[in-house]
Amino acid sequence: MTTHLTPRNPKLTAEHDVATPGGPASAGSPTIADSMAAAFAAKHAAAPSAAILANPNRRTVLQGAASIGGGLLIGLQLPGKARAESGAAAVIKGNGTAGTFAPNAFVRIAPDSTVTVLIKHIEFGQGTYTGLSTLVADELDADWAQMRAEHAPANDALYKNFAFGLQGTGGSTAIANAHEQMRKAGAAAKAMLVEAAATAWGVPAGEITVSKGQLKHPGSGKVGTFGEFADAAAALTPPSDVKLKTPDQFTLIGTDVPKLDTKSKTTGTATFTLDVVRDGMLTVLLARPPRFGAKPKSVDDTEALKVNGVVDVKTLPRGIAVYAKDFWAAKKGRDALVIEWANEGTEARSSAQLIAEYREKAKSPGLIARNDGDVAGTLDKADRKVEAEYVFPFLAHAPMEPLDYVIEKSQDGKIEVWGGAQFPTADQGAIAQILGVRPEDVTVNTMLAGGSFGRRATPVADIASEAATAFKARGTEPLKIVWTREDDIQNGYYRPLTVHRLAASLDGDGNITAWDETIATQSIVKGTAFEMMMKDGIDPTTVEGAKDLPYNIPNTRVSVHNMEAGIPPLWWRAVGHTHTAYATEVFLDELLEATGKDPVQARLDMLGDKHPRLTGVLTAAAKAADWGSPMPEGRARGVSLHKSFNSYVAQIAEVSEGDEAGIPKVHKMWCAIDCGLAVNPNVIKAQMEGGLGYGLGHALYGEINIDNGTVTEANFDSYRSLRINEMPDVEVVIVPSDEAPTGVGEPATPPAPAAVANAWATLTGKRVRQLPFSRTGDA
Amino acid sequence: MSQFELRVNGKTHTVDVDADKPLLWVLREDLKLIGTKFGCGVAQCGACTVHIDGQPQRTCVLPVEAATGFEITTIEGLSGKEAEAIQAAWTEIDVPQCGYCQSGQIMSAVALLTETPKPTDADIDAAMTGNICRCATYVKIRQGIKDASQKI
Repeated sequence: MTTHLTPRNPKLTAEHDVATPGGPASAGSPTIADSMAAAFAAKHAAAPSAAILANPNRRTVLQGAASIGGGLLIGLQLPGKARAESGAAAVIKGNGTAGTFAPNAFVRIAPDSTVTVLIKHIEFGQGTYTGLSTLVADELDADWAQMRAEHAPANDALYKNFAFGLQGTGGSTAIANAHEQMRKAGAAAKAMLVEAAATAWGVPAGEITVSKGQLKHPGSGKVGTFGEFADAAAALTPPSDVKLKTPDQFTLIGTDVPKLDTKSKTTGTATFTLDVVRDGMLTVLLARPPRFGAKPKSVDDTEALKVNGVVDVKTLPRGIAVYAKDFWAAKKGRDALVIEWANEGTEARSSAQLIAEYREKAKSPGLIARNDGDVAGTLDKADRKVEAEYVFPFLAHAPMEPLDYVIEKSQDGKIEVWGGAQFPTADQGAIAQILGVRPEDVTVNTMLAGGSFGRRATPVADIASEAATAFKARGTEPLKIVWTREDDIQNGYYRPLTVHRLAASLDGDGNITAWDETIATQSIVKGTAFEMMMKDGIDPTTVEGAKDLPYNIPNTRVSVHNMEAGIPPLWWRAVGHTHTAYATEVFLDELLEATGKDPVQARLDMLGDKHPRLTGVLTAAAKAADWGSPMPEGRARGVSLHKSFNSYVAQIAEVSEGDEAGIPKVHKMWCAIDCGLAVNPNVIKAQMEGGLGYGLGHALYGEINIDNGTVTEANFDSYRSLRINEMPDVEVVIVPSDEAPTGVGEPATPPAPAAVANAWATLTGKRVRQLPFSRTGDA
Repeated sequence: MSQFELRVNGKTHTVDVDADKPLLWVLREDLKLIGTKFGCGVAQCGACTVHIDGQPQRTCVLPVEAATGFEITTIEGLSGKEAEAIQAAWTEIDVPQCGYCQSGQIMSAVALLTETPKPTDADIDAAMTGNICRCATYVKIRQGIKDASQKI
């Protein structure tokens, strides 16, 4: 069930706050957002064909236009040429021909009155189609039934994420960065429709009302639809500024409007990349090296080429590509390859060795991320000292749709691709560079993606690059690259293996007097286009959620050791928070237990009055769960609290001993979130349920083990996923807020493992210091 | 390559494919029924679930030659009161997130309600455990099945 409380007085800031959203990996500071953009631009400045510098002339023009709106009104003030170009996007689904009203880069109104919103953030389950369309529709006063959504084309100038400086999805930023932009796009379209109707009817615009997609002039009794005035409105100049609604005028924002993509996803008609078929298309599978980065020493493709349906075999930088007429032939062909790999220079260690090395390193402080007071001195003098170590495995994202990409070259030499493009212009730039064409000659069709959890957001555009490389090697037929699940689990990018070492001192009253946290892990951004996010050698994604520990502890130190390993690291749903939330909230619970304090009340006491939104969600979760009330025999509860991506989440888990030794049965979880204005409570609730389920499943079962440089797990039989019988009941409380909306895609993931571990410790007395609960890996 | 006759969604199709080609890929590539998805290839995730003579079956490991002579129903061919109730319930509460696993989830759920119109939580667990949802939409899947059950 959901308890949703309507916001009393949502305060939507008049100025767009670029500082609000976090990066795909960020702790949400403007510094990170800015530096990410700068880092990306700088990196790609050295690569002339990269997307970010694509077509500088157009970019300059659009940026100039955009500046009219103070950096916000991109798309609302476009010169004619740019409008025509952005209008081309509406042709994608055939409703963008004559008569379509394209007032800006985001809104298309067809003669039949359907309103299509161009969505700049990929829809992969988190609800961008619905959420961003809601913001447009509300200001437009459209009827929800007339709303449609489709992905925007690749274009940084028009569709950049304000948190990144380039087009992309991540860091739970979609609503946070775009809410005002979307509302203004809708309001501008409405103003132009009203003006067109006023002219046609010969009445003052101010006397026209708009409601549920209908224009009305009460005085004359005239009524009209959006479609009737689409043509006339298209001839008008967009307004230079628009007045937005006050929250009491919202009709759709804050309501559970039905999701725009549900029907197609319920009838099997939603089209994912895997479903794209082009004439004469071949399917390509790559044989990838067992060790990351290994190169083929020898390839014998004799038997592979004999497989019925196999067309060709090529050696590419990332593996041996088998081109075939269908998936099965490609797979059989790949199975028939005989490859000897050259492992020189590749990672040869195992998880156990890496853990041992990281543990050793974490025994002494690293690069200082935070240093309040005198931690070392306080610890030295302490009567009572508690220490603990937490170990986190590599994790694979394993989105439900295996990775895939489709690429085609047309007669005129232009390239068209279809993919789950999380950074569309990065894909575009990478493909252009590989194929030696201009970025603007690469049309990127962003498809609905069957999940991502970060995997489709590699700084190197690995999936798109692989498709382009495979295409270049053969150069003719359209190709569909498909990764098998084994490829995905064994040859991808991972949440890096991480060790946290914590030490704390307690005074005679049980107060925590010092907190010392040392983190040893690989940096995610080091060596990538995002490296300039690093400050003083510290990757912000390593320390997010630890560096900003909110509790009142006079002496606090957080430090980092950047470890090197040949296993590709990547942001994984909630990134650094996935381990920092666990280490901090489980260790804190251990300290509170040692001093006999109530986990909820003690947290509230340590937050004081400085963190009202954290105390708000914690209080709400405790109230919903009736914290402290009796439970059935054999059960226990645990709590956790964590801020990530500028949203605040408290969770309480109720567990018992399950059928499998050492693995809790999680009966119920309560989840309170404060994400500012709740645009669509049903979507928020779904993200809380799914997000905590994702965190829970990996905490219970998820582990990628490396043995001699090679991933041990291969598929869902060994990389175990949460299943329905393991999913708890979930009660979500959306705490009313008058703040601007913030992210919901990631913030429910970090606290879940900690809440369960804390409940488990209360139940069994055992603190789980190495994940997952079902651990088979060695330490 | 050999010819196989398949009964899919009430129609007879003849396909000329390798005998060991899994039914999943025959449906998707040869019959263009793309609603059935590839998720794992080893019958672990359930994204490829269809009905074979009314029973939910994983098609990613089922050779086409083993699928002849049966009535095969895919998401595109779903009909009947259980299917309508499930799809209506799914739409009503917006079950899907990324949606990729949902054809398989729906095929399993419809088979469950056809066999057991009033399933218990244990029945739902037993019938749906083979279908992974990486978005973990399980709370809504469970609710959707219960809502649909009330309406048939």
